[in-house]
Amino acid sequence: MTTALDADLSGFLGHEAAGAATLELLVPGARCAACMAKIERGLVGQAGVKQARLNLTTHKLSLTFDGPSGDPARVISALDRLGYNASLFDPAEAKAAEDREGRRLALALGVAGFGAGNVMMFSVPVWAGLFGQELEPATRTLMYWLSAIVATPCALYAGMTFFRSAWSSLRRGRANMDVPISIGVLLTLAVSFSETIQGGRHAYFDAAVSLLFLLLIGRWLDHKLRSKAQGAARDLLALQAPVAYRLDAAGVERGVPVAEVVVGDRLAVAPGQRVPVDGRVETGASLLDNALITGETAPAAVGAGSLVHAGALNLDGRLVMRAEAQSQDSALAAIARLMEAGAQSKSAYVRLADKAAAIYVPVVHSLALATFVGSWALGLGPREALLRAAAVLIITCPCALGLAVPAVQIAASGRLFRKRVLVKSGAALERLAEVDHVVFDKTGVLTEGRPHLADAAPALVAAAAPLARASRHPLAQALAREAGPGPVAEDVRETAGLGVEGLIGGRRARLGRAAFLGIDASQSLETELWFGFDAEAPQRLAFADTLRPDAARAVAALKARGLTIEVLSGDVPAAVARAAEAAGIERWRAGLTPIEKAAAIDSLKAAGRKALMVGDGLNDAAALARAHASMAPGAAVDASQNAADLVFEGEGLMAVVDAIDVARAAKHRALENFGFSALYNLVAAPAAVFGLINPFIAAIAMSGSSLVVTLNALRMNLEARR
Amino acid sequence: MSIILVLAPASVMLALLGLGAFWWTVKSGQYDDPAGDAARILNDQLDDRPL
Repeated sequence: MTTALDADLSGFLGHEAAGAATLELLVPGARCAACMAKIERGLVGQAGVKQARLNLTTHKLSLTFDGPSGDPARVISALDRLGYNASLFDPAEAKAAEDREGRRLALALGVAGFGAGNVMMFSVPVWAGLFGQELEPATRTLMYWLSAIVATPCALYAGMTFFRSAWSSLRRGRANMDVPISIGVLLTLAVSFSETIQGGRHAYFDAAVSLLFLLLIGRWLDHKLRSKAQGAARDLLALQAPVAYRLDAAGVERGVPVAEVVVGDRLAVAPGQRVPVDGRVETGASLLDNALITGETAPAAVGAGSLVHAGALNLDGRLVMRAEAQSQDSALAAIARLMEAGAQSKSAYVRLADKAAAIYVPVVHSLALATFVGSWALGLGPREALLRAAAVLIITCPCALGLAVPAVQIAASGRLFRKRVLVKSGAALERLAEVDHVVFDKTGVLTEGRPHLADAAPALVAAAAPLARASRHPLAQALAREAGPGPVAEDVRETAGLGVEGLIGGRRARLGRAAFLGIDASQSLETELWFGFDAEAPQRLAFADTLRPDAARAVAALKARGLTIEVLSGDVPAAVARAAEAAGIERWRAGLTPIEKAAAIDSLKAAGRKALMVGDGLNDAAALARAHASMAPGAAVDASQNAADLVFEGEGLMAVVDAIDVARAAKHRALENFGFSALYNLVAAPAAVFGLINPFIAAIAMSGSSLVVTLNALRMNLEARR
Repeated sequence: MSIILVLAPASVMLALLGLGAFWWTVKSGQYDDPAGDAARILNDQLDDRPL
């Protein structure tokens, strides 16, 4: 982000209790202990900073100033001198980043671990007593009472997560996996108390609390996976911090959060910044890159009176515009609403574990009921019959199921993380494993998203390079990259939207659009530049957006996996056709608006296809949110990265193939784990029905089955390392 | 046998102390930046006071 140093950014300051100003910055480049020392020591004492603390895990820098005021712009430029790019956190955004859920789960896990460990102290003597050693009933009852004192409060506290989720699911008339867990735990506690009071031997306090401990490990893993990815997504969002530069009556720039912009505000947009809200240009002329909004690769020239849309990137001249919409009413808002609806439909997705629960819960509960009725009818007393039914519920409590899926997904996302693919949630992996159709965007996904010189004589490149180096236009920059470092033209004048002219070796030369060099604008497929010295015939330089190097290989690999592939692009048909053909894709559609892209995804969904959308632009965000699964490259805009289920960094498209492979392997492994659990239940449940279970066997069987599914999940990582 | 009545509550008390300490570490944000804290303690130039 470019920050105007004279702008006032005090809108981003917070205040601590004592009144001193605080500031949160994101410093993504700080990745080692040395950076931490350099930044903290470099900032304290400068620009009124009293205390600086960098969080190396989240890359967030928290600053406290000496007094109630501070100057964020000075801090950012101090960081810039230290060699780090920093961007502002919206104060509301920083608040939301606090991980309350994580702390609550950690505490519940700690309490359950404490309970499970300490209740063993009293359980081991009881188990020993089961194998012939003398243990008087009075001592056994004493041990059970001590177990109850430790286990009951722990189980009730640690179980709150499950009880709440079970209750809310029951109120909606559905049964998720937390229902049998809650019933199992509460019933176990109740039966154990009644046994202990009557001096019986079937008390399972240890089972209740260690079951919760194992289940909470699964929850904790699942939460860590999600929060890590969400944190990364939030950082990316903050990187393009929503600052608008408002001009007051005196013409002074003042940085404000975009949400505070109101209709009628005069806003300055410097080159390199994005247009904050929809509006109309008052003064200035420039080129705007609309690729994020429409997918067009060619920049559009704007001048006084032109309509500009939020999200467009200002390429060369400073613009002063008047806001005509608030940020929530901008053209972006329609896209945002589509995305929201997509996210809602995704949250309705039924996860594997819940599908298993839908079968599992009724089976287990009717088995327990049948056991109770059957044993009573066969002549056992009601108390013995109830105990057997409870034993069925306890032994079949879905401990292995609750742990099986999160453990697999943690292992899978760890494997993808090493391939530089970020997985945002476990559900995303499950959806990705189901896809049967892949939709690619063109610009920035199939192609690298920036122009390369397509064909021109080396002599011409060398001749034009000095002028190209002086310009910020993307095509000129591509030309400069091609030519490498060298001299820069003198006396350069840039005409926004047309071209540059200057002196090269004392001769006046021009580089720019056809019209800038006095040629009839010709229709051409490639984006192009013309170059010529005065009084010489201009020569043409053609540019094209090149395909990612492994695009064709990735497409072939996807086809080999039985997936159908399609390109949906907002670019002109000729460019789309060429890219699709080069990548080996037969089906493509061009010239689509963001809404049409989302509609195309919806019609695929209506036809029963499960589509994976791979896109990067703002024009893809709605489609990404509505697709069955979605991926975005690391260079994508914030909205798209937020909407996507997975984000892949790195240059290659093979990441898409890898992600699908790992997701399918993870699903396979999870189903295997369900198989193990079913097998375990097939053995253990009949034993419980016929009253063959005692507290020792229950403890061994439950932790044994959890261990087996966890080890099976970790096998994924072993395979990957080999 | 009556020694159990002394030892069992004593051991539970000790474990509760441990649980209390864990509670405090979570509440005071000591798991918020594992990567940074690991580096801070080894480098004298860094501010390693608790937040």
